[in-house]
This record gives sequence, C-alpha cells and structure tokens, in this order.
Amino acid sequence: MTDATFLEYVVFFAAAVMILGGAIGVVIFKSPVHAALGLVLTLFGVAVQFVALEAHFLAAVQVIVYAGAIVVLFLFVIMLLGVDESIDLSIEPIPIQRPLAAVMGVGLIGLIAAAVVRSRDALVINPGTGLDVAGENAGHDANIQQLAANLYGDHVFAFELTSVLLIVAVVGTVLLTRKWSKADSDASAERVDS
Amino acid sequence: MIAAIEPTWYLVLASVLFGIGAFGLLVRRNPLIMFMCIELMLNAANLTFVALAVQLGDINGQTAVFFVLVVAAAEVVVGLGIIVSILRRTPGTTADDLAELKG
Repeated sequence: MTDATFLEYVVFFAAAVMILGGAIGVVIFKSPVHAALGLVLTLFGVAVQFVALEAHFLAAVQVIVYAGAIVVLFLFVIMLLGVDESIDLSIEPIPIQRPLAAVMGVGLIGLIAAAVVRSRDALVINPGTGLDVAGENAGHDANIQQLAANLYGDHVFAFELTSVLLIVAVVGTVLLTRKWSKADSDASAERVDS
Repeated sequence: MIAAIEPTWYLVLASVLFGIGAFGLLVRRNPLIMFMCIELMLNAANLTFVALAVQLGDINGQTAVFFVLVVAAAEVVVGLGIIVSILRRTPGTTADDLAELKG
C-alpha cells in the first residue's frame, strides 16, 4: 500500500462522511437554519470529491455558487420570513408516510448501487477524448482550459441560452415577490374592466 | 495491498446521497427544507457526472455539471421567490396546506 493510495482513501472517506452527515442533518434537523448548515457541509464534501476527481474548476464553482450564493439565499429567506423556529417533527399527518418513504429510499439506493456494481466492468464502452489533467504536459490550469474549450466550442449555443434562462428567472422573481401598491392594482383592474 | 479508489465508489456514494435527498423530500413538510433536499439530489447527480467524466475520460461530463449548476441557481431563485410570496401571505404554512394553487 503506497502512501498516495492511503491518502486518497483518507480524503474519500472523510469527504463521504461530510456528505452523508450533512445530508442526514438536512433531513433530521428541526430548525431550518441548522438544516441549511448541514447543506453547507454536504456541499463542501462534494467540492472535496470534485478536487479528488481532478475537476478543479467545478470544485471552485461549487463552493462559490452553492455554498456562497444558494445557501446564503436560503438563510436570507429564513431570516426574512422569521421561520427559524424549531419544527415539531413528531407530528405525522399521514401515519404510514415515513415507513413508506424509508422503504422507497432504501430500495432506491439498493437498486442504483446494485446496477452500478453490476455494470462496473461494462462502464468503458465508448471512451471519450481523454482528460488533459493526467497528461504529462498538463499544466496547473489544464482542467480549466479543456473545460473552456469544450464549453465555448461544442456547447456555445447552450451557454448563450443559460443567460436567457438567468434573465428570465431574475425578472420572474422580481415580479413574483413585488408588493403591488393599491394604486397599481386599481389601475390594472380598471384596465381589465375597460 | 488495497486497490485504488474506483469511480464505482463515487457512484455508490452519489446513490446514497440521492436516496437521502429523496427520503427527505418525501417526509419533510417545510417548503424550504424540501428545497434543500432537492439540492441534495442535484448534488448527487453532479457527483455522478464528474465521476463518470473521469472514468470515461470525457470532459463533456464536467460541462454538464456546469449547466446543472446554472439551472439549479435559476430554480432556487424562482422557487424561493414563490415560497417568499406564499409565506408572506400565510405565515407558517406547510406543504400540506398548499393543496391548491389559489393564493
């Protein structure tokens, strides 16, 4: 057993514990703020796995976008609405729901894991063009350069469409959460009437 | 002598993460926490994409994760906007109370 392999194991299992612990925390914590912090733990664990898988750019984006923006958005909403009191989890409106959900979750995990393990030898059917990160002339920014060439080459149209998606999302959210003043609603009512 | 870590391990880890997220989505009633569970499932899919990108030596998997991130951000913005406008109208509501689309 080489030291490098041992280190890989340590990183993998430490990040796996972070991911699963955070995920379980999201599900079982009573307070939404604690659940959001569990989500941060999971997202950091996934970022660590991305680094271990040589996806350096995605690891950075994961931390910045998910942990930095999305979770902060969650926390803002929790604070803004004042819904940070603890929820009583012992109330079950539908009695059989939790056992059924547990059976579904365990069954889902079992089925996917069985399919993955069964097909582990058949995975390399149609190998791609290869990642530059393992090449001997790969620099420290090989992952970013290869990702950029792919993103702005093959997927440039989809990339442009994401800007449309983001604009639509932002405008839609502003419209959704806007408090309409009385004069505005009266004016629109008149417009509908006339 | 132990073998190196295979992509299969990452796929199994991602399946467990997805299962926990799906379970949470089914049992929790707070709309915010249901949203967080959806984020867990999206992250499981991202982990699968990156693990298979390494396994198959194909950068397209990482590009897919990039798009998933963008769509997840847009989804969170719109979803939280809806949740804010609902909770401002009826504070302390749960997913059970939202059986109708009427405000």
